[in-house]
Amino acid sequence: MLQRLRESKSMQGTFLALPTTLWLFVLLIIPLFLTLIVSFGQRSPDGGVIFSFSLDNYIRLLGYSTDCPGGQASCFDPLYVNILWRSLTLAFNTTAVVILLAYPLAYFIARAHPKRRNLFLFMVLIPLWTNFVIRVYAWMMLLRKEGAINIVIGWVAGLFGIEFTPLEMLYTPGAVLVGMVYEFLPFMILPIYTSLEKIDNSLYEAAADLGANAVKTLLRVTLPLSMPGVVAGTILVFIPVMGTFIVSDILGGRQVILVGNLIQRQFLDARDPTFGSAASLILMVMTLIVTYFYTRKFGFGEEIVAA
Amino acid sequence: MNPFKRSPFVIAAAVFVYTFLYAPILILILYSFNASRTNVTFDGFIPAFSERVEMDGSLVKASPCGPFHWYCDLAKNDDVIEAAGNTLTIAFTATLIATIIGTMAALALQRYDFKIKPFSQLSLYIPIVIPEIVMGIGILTLFSQAFGWLNNAFNLTGDARLALGIGTVTVSHIAFMVPFVTLVVQARLQGFDKSFEEAAMDLGANEWTTFRRVTFPMILPGVLSGALLAFTLSLDDFVITFFTNGPGSTTLPIYVYGLLRRIITPQVNALSTVWILIVFIAVLLLQWLQSREAKPAH
Amino acid sequence: MTSEFAVELRDVVKKFVTPEGNELNAVDHVSMQIKNGEFFSMLGSSGCGKTTSLRMIAGFEWPTEGEVYIEGRAMGHTPPFQRKVNTVFQSYALFQHMTVAQNIAFGLEMEGVGEDEIKKRVGRALEMVQLTGMERRRPKQLSGGQQQRVAVARALVKTPSVLLLDEPLGALDLKLRKEMQLELKALQQQLGITFIYVTHDQEEALTMSDRIAVMSKGKVQQLATPVEIYERPSNKFVADFIGESNFLEGTIKSLARDEAVVFVPALNAELRGMPMSSDFVNGEAVAISVRPEKIRIAENNAKGDGLFEAKVLTSVYIGSDTHVYVDMAGIRLKVMEQNRISRLDPSSFYTKDQIITLLFMPENTLVLKKD
Repeated sequence: MLQRLRESKSMQGTFLALPTTLWLFVLLIIPLFLTLIVSFGQRSPDGGVIFSFSLDNYIRLLGYSTDCPGGQASCFDPLYVNILWRSLTLAFNTTAVVILLAYPLAYFIARAHPKRRNLFLFMVLIPLWTNFVIRVYAWMMLLRKEGAINIVIGWVAGLFGIEFTPLEMLYTPGAVLVGMVYEFLPFMILPIYTSLEKIDNSLYEAAADLGANAVKTLLRVTLPLSMPGVVAGTILVFIPVMGTFIVSDILGGRQVILVGNLIQRQFLDARDPTFGSAASLILMVMTLIVTYFYTRKFGFGEEIVAA
Repeated sequence: MNPFKRSPFVIAAAVFVYTFLYAPILILILYSFNASRTNVTFDGFIPAFSERVEMDGSLVKASPCGPFHWYCDLAKNDDVIEAAGNTLTIAFTATLIATIIGTMAALALQRYDFKIKPFSQLSLYIPIVIPEIVMGIGILTLFSQAFGWLNNAFNLTGDARLALGIGTVTVSHIAFMVPFVTLVVQARLQGFDKSFEEAAMDLGANEWTTFRRVTFPMILPGVLSGALLAFTLSLDDFVITFFTNGPGSTTLPIYVYGLLRRIITPQVNALSTVWILIVFIAVLLLQWLQSREAKPAH
Repeated sequence: MTSEFAVELRDVVKKFVTPEGNELNAVDHVSMQIKNGEFFSMLGSSGCGKTTSLRMIAGFEWPTEGEVYIEGRAMGHTPPFQRKVNTVFQSYALFQHMTVAQNIAFGLEMEGVGEDEIKKRVGRALEMVQLTGMERRRPKQLSGGQQQRVAVARALVKTPSVLLLDEPLGALDLKLRKEMQLELKALQQQLGITFIYVTHDQEEALTMSDRIAVMSKGKVQQLATPVEIYERPSNKFVADFIGESNFLEGTIKSLARDEAVVFVPALNAELRGMPMSSDFVNGEAVAISVRPEKIRIAENNAKGDGLFEAKVLTSVYIGSDTHVYVDMAGIRLKVMEQNRISRLDPSSFYTKDQIITLLFMPENTLVLKKD
C-alpha cells in the first residue's frame, strides 16, 4: 500500500485534496442542490417543507399574485420584483462609489514612499478588522437625528447663522448606501493597490517621455494596467453587497428591504423556507450572471487572493 | 517623474477617505464613556468615582469605575463572556482544521495531477462567487433536513437529538474558510522551487522527513497568513453563524446584533472598543513578529 | 566496488506528456557507461535530454523503459534517498531557513551520524570548499560563488560514490565560472570520485571532462574524449555544435581505409578527406566539415590539390586572431588565421574583394554522415 502510494502521484494528490473537496462538496454543493429542491416545494403549516415540483414560488417572485386589491383572480404585484431591482441597483451604486473612493487612495498608497506604504496599508486594514456588525452600529450612531453628523452640520450652520433642523438620515436608502460603501471599501482598496504597485515607475517615465500628460498617462497607462485590481475588487464588493441583510436591517429599518432581508425573513419570521430558497436561488443566479459577464470581459484576476 | 505624485487632488482624496474610515470608529469609542444610559446623545464623561453607581434619571453621575463604568458593566455580563468564549472556541477549532486540510489541498493542487483536480479547484471559488446568505440558508436546510431525518430514523430524543449548536457553526465556518486558506497557500507555493525538496530527498530524507524539515518550514509563512485570514474570517462572521447557530452557541457578532435590535446602552460601545483594541494589539504583535522574522540574523 | 562502471544507462527511454497532450521522448534510447573516478559531462542545448538523464540517475524521475544501474545494481524505482549519489543543483537549492552548517549537516543527520562526528565532518567540508568561518551564515547572506561552494560541500560531505552536477556554474559570472571550473576539476581529482556534469557550455565541458556525451533530441550523438569530439566529430550535428565548422556538400567518389574522395559540385572539383564513419558507400551524399582555423591561406596563384581561389567578403581583427569571411564559388566560409606577427601596416591585412587562395588538407577535411 505504502509502496503504491509512493509511486502513484495521482493517488497522493487525491489523498491530499480529498478532505477539502469532500468538505466543500457536503457543505457547499449539496446545500445548493437542496436549496434548489426545496425551492420547488411547498410550505407546510408548521413552517416545514413539503417536497413537490411546483414553480409557484418563482411565479410569485416574478409578480404573480392571487390576492388582488381589485378582487380579480390574478394580477401583477411588483413587490418582489421591486426588491430584486432595488438590490441590484444598490449593489451597482455601492460598487461605483467604492471604486471612486478606493482608486485615489490606492493610488496614493502605491505612489507613497516605500517606507510609509505599509503603514498606510495597515491603516486601511484596521477598520476591516473591527467587526462587521459593530461597523454598522457605528454608522447608526453617526446618522441618527441626534448623531454626530447632524451636530457637526448644525455647528457649521450656526457659524454662518443659518437655521438648521436636523436631517432625518437614518432609515433611508442613502443610509444603506453609505453603510454598504463603508463596509466594503477596504475590499476594493487592497486589490487596486496590489495591481497599481506592480506598475513599474519606468512606465510612467516612458509615458511622459512619449509626450503623454498627466491625464493621458492616467487614462492610457495607469487605468488599463490596474484593471485586474478593479475587477477583483468589484467581485469582492458586488457579490457580498447583493446578499447582505444586516446593513439594510439596521440602517434601513423597514424602509429599505433588500433580497437578503427577504430571504432572512422567510427563514425566520415568515417561516416559508421554500419561498426563501427560491429567492436565494434567484439571488445566486443574478450575481453569477453579472460576475460571468463582468469577468468574461475583464478576466478573473489573481488579485482576489492578494487581497 | 510621476505626474500624480504630489497632486493635491490625490492627497485630498486620501485624507477624505481615511477620515471616512476612522470617524465612525472614533465616535464609537468616544460614546463608550458616555454618561447617558440611553446613549442617544453624548452627555459628557462619567464625572466621578464612588462606591456605588449613582444615577440621575438616565445619567450616570458616579460609578466605582468612574469613566470606565460601562467596561466594568461589561465584565459582569455573563452573556458577553459566554459569547466571547464561543467565538474563540469556534474560531480556534475551525482555523486549526481549515488550515490543515486547506494546506493539504493547496499542495495537491499545486503539485499533483489527479482525476478530481478540476473539480477540487473549481469548488474553491464557490464562497467567493456566491453570496454568503445563499450558502447560509443552504447549510441551514442541509442541517435541518439531515438532522430531522436522523432524529427520526434513530429515535433520538432529549439531549441526544441532533440540533444546531457550536458543532454546526464550526463545521460551517470550516467550509467557507478552507478555500481562502488553500488559495493563499497555493499562491505561496507557486513560487516554490521543487528542487528544495529534491535536494532533501537527494541528501537522504524520505518523503515525510522532507515535508517536515524542508517543505513545511519553507511554506510556513504562507500557511500562517492563510490561518490568520481564516481566523479573522471566523471571528468576524455573521451571516453563516446567524443561520447555523442554536441555543448556547451565540457568538459575539450575533450577540451585538441582538442588542442593536433592542436597547442599546454604552455597554455595546464598550464591547466594541475592547474588541477593536484586542484585534489591534494582536495584529500589531503579528506584524512585529513577522518583521523580526524577515530581518536577516547577523 | 562491484562494477567497473559507476553508473550505467541501458537503453533508457523517458516519455513525458506535453501540456498539449502529445507524448514526447525526452530521453530516447540512451545507453552510456560512466567509469569509476571519471569526470563525465553531458553536453547539449536545452531540451536535449541531458538534465532528464541526470535526474533519472538521481532518482527524481524513473525511466519509462530501460534501466539505470549504479555501481552495477539496477535502480528500478529506488527513491532518491536510497541512492548513493548526491546532486548539486543548478539553483543550488540551499535551504533558506537553515544556516550554512545546518545545510551541510542535513544529509549526515539523515544518515543518523552522531553529533560530534557531524560537527567534525561539516568543519572538514567547509575547509575543503574554503568557507571556514561561514557556519552560522544564512544562504541569502552569501555571494553566488559562496552559495555554490556550500551546495558542493553539502553534497560531498555524504561521500557519495557519484556526484551529479546540474549546470552548477550557470548562475555565476564568466570570471568566477572559469575559476570554479578549475577548482571543481581539482576537487574531483583530489577526491577521486565520479562526477557527472551537465552543461550547455561546450568550453566548460571541453575544459573539465575526461569524456563527454554530446546529446541532442534525447539521443547521444557522440560519446568520446574532448579531443576526439572536437577533432573527429561523428556526425554533422556534433561538428556544428562543438566549435565552428564550415560545411560543403558532395558525393563520395571513392573510398579507401582512411581516405575518401568527395566530389563537390559547387567547386566542380574533388576534395580528399578523412571518413568519419565506417559505413559509407560510393555515391553517398555526404557533408564535408572543415574548422576555420584548419583552412590555410596559401601563396597567391598556388596551384594543386586542395587549392581553391576565394574572394574576401570581410575581415575582422579580434586581437589574437583575424577572422576572414570569404566567398568560394558561391559558398560562404570562415577562415581563421592567428596573428603571429605584430604588425600595423594596413596593407598586410585582407581587404574586401581581395582574391586569396585557400588550402584544404586531407587530414583537416572531415567527411561526415549527412544527418
